[in-house]
Amino acid sequence: MSRKLTLDELESKAYDIRMDLIRMLETAGSGHSAGPLGLADIFTALYFDIMKYDPKKPDWEERDIFLLSNGHCVPIQYVTMAYAGFFDKSELKTLRKFGSRLQGHPERLKLPGLENTSGPLGCGLSQAAGMALAMRMNQQHHRWIYVGMSDGEQDEGNVWEAAMLAAKYKLNNIIAITDRNNIQIDGPTEQVMPLGDLKAKWESFGWHVIEIDGNNIEAVIDACAMGRAVVEKPIMIVAYTVPGKGVPFMEYDFHWHGAPPGGIQPPGSPDKKQQAKIALHDLRTLQGKIRSEHE
Amino acid sequence: MANFYLIPDLLAKDIKQEATRKGFGRGLKKAGELDEQVVAACADLTESTNMSLFAETFPERFIEIGVAEQNLVTVGSGLAAMGKIPFVSSYAAFSPGRNWEQIRTTICLNERPVKIVGSHAGVSVGPDGATHQMLEDIALMRVLPHMVVIVPGDSVEAEKATLALATDKKNPGYLRLARADSPVFTTDKTPFEIGKAYVFDPGTDVTIISTGNLTYQALIAAEKLFKDGIDAEVIHCPTIKPLDAATILASVKKTGAVVTVEEAQVAGGLGGAIAELLSEEHPTPLVRIGMKDRFGESGKPEELLEHFGLTAKHIAMATHHVLGKK
Repeated sequence: MSRKLTLDELESKAYDIRMDLIRMLETAGSGHSAGPLGLADIFTALYFDIMKYDPKKPDWEERDIFLLSNGHCVPIQYVTMAYAGFFDKSELKTLRKFGSRLQGHPERLKLPGLENTSGPLGCGLSQAAGMALAMRMNQQHHRWIYVGMSDGEQDEGNVWEAAMLAAKYKLNNIIAITDRNNIQIDGPTEQVMPLGDLKAKWESFGWHVIEIDGNNIEAVIDACAMGRAVVEKPIMIVAYTVPGKGVPFMEYDFHWHGAPPGGIQPPGSPDKKQQAKIALHDLRTLQGKIRSEHE
Repeated sequence: MANFYLIPDLLAKDIKQEATRKGFGRGLKKAGELDEQVVAACADLTESTNMSLFAETFPERFIEIGVAEQNLVTVGSGLAAMGKIPFVSSYAAFSPGRNWEQIRTTICLNERPVKIVGSHAGVSVGPDGATHQMLEDIALMRVLPHMVVIVPGDSVEAEKATLALATDKKNPGYLRLARADSPVFTTDKTPFEIGKAYVFDPGTDVTIISTGNLTYQALIAAEKLFKDGIDAEVIHCPTIKPLDAATILASVKKTGAVVTVEEAQVAGGLGGAIAELLSEEHPTPLVRIGMKDRFGESGKPEELLEHFGLTAKHIAMATHHVLGKK
């Protein structure tokens, strides 16, 4: 890859990616908004700083692996992959359309660069564990597996089965990132099924846990660097994000979990026909960038 | 019996008895010797599924998953993603009984050549009772795109089936195994190929299509029927998917009547598969032997096979019945 981008450049990239994400979802007419908007900074960091890959050789045997466990958030992956050069941005408008490579939930066999087929929740981490075990057998100790997970999917038992296995076999080349945005389809996670203290849970399962502000690109990069230095344990980054991040009328509102701009009319939101336009207009720039508001 | 494939005397009192899971254990070890990409994982039933032979020989290629069948198959998917040919074993009631969606999404839709081994299928599991006597696995696996489904007739065939599955680097597979000993009636020379059904006993009056270790019972039934003046053709159908339609239809066109035999729910099982084939291609009188929308219970294997109507005697009775419908 070419030179690394500066932090300012990465933040501008995340902003552009959010713009295209909003346009793509509006064109598709269905799909998830809140999670993908909240994840833009993590995906920008992964694809433009952290991971080793070649978009022209998606099967390159030395590449790092990214597995999306919560397949419904794939819109943000598609936009980031287009920016990273896996395919032309013009293809983004085909999302969820008949014949498109950009399926509503990711299908590995449709689009080179996707590492797994995903949608039903709770299976990404165990696939990562299988990959890590195979890499160990193959003496590939220099490849990293990043797993994008949601907080809501941790209701699934399969997640904790995988957690135990990865700790047992000390799969320290797995770096999982939980999008801790506190929403799921039926409402706030702590009402639907309280997850409680995720840091304590994962630590008690034998993982090295790092908590970060997941809308701060620098924090994402630093946490992954820290994670790669850990031996003996798999790594869980609990990334606190704001669902709908950047679009004021979507932020923190669980109604936007499974709907695109123009798709629904939650209380207090703009008129449906105007939602995408207002979202693009109001997308917070903070000096031209999406930056953590905790700074 | 004019059959050079099988052991010389099917009625021998001292016929060797061995469970199909034993043949799997030997086959997996051989597959491991032939190809270092073959790996194995088990959900806390390593001895019982006979994966132990592989685990002892290749400890670095064996993964103990614990009692976690959803994890078993999804870890299998990950192993296959990195070029491995994973065999993942448990009891059929749990895998594919509990983890069907994971198999569907992460193995079939994702096109990963994971081999799912479900032992302790059928009522012949015996004393463990209905919870552990898996009867719906054939139906569950048969409907999944890309999935190969094999039910070996004896331990010798189970070994061959395991080796054949290990060389298929494209498709996922399901290997259905039995706990109980059953007669070993095939030999090293008996042919086995994925997707092939075999005429083990030629005849002209009726076609008996059987899968798994009940094929032995079908062969015995054919001997009884011959004495009654009925010349039955026995087709052993170890591969339920892809079904060998050519062999089956050629026989049925000749005989005009069919009995299917399996130790599973006939709904969606071999009986279901044959009914689908015949009703589309060559409607023919059909009687299906197997479990009819009910569960098993505790008992000795032979008691249960008798109770649920899964013996040579019952196959012969069903044959008389279907001939009346001709």
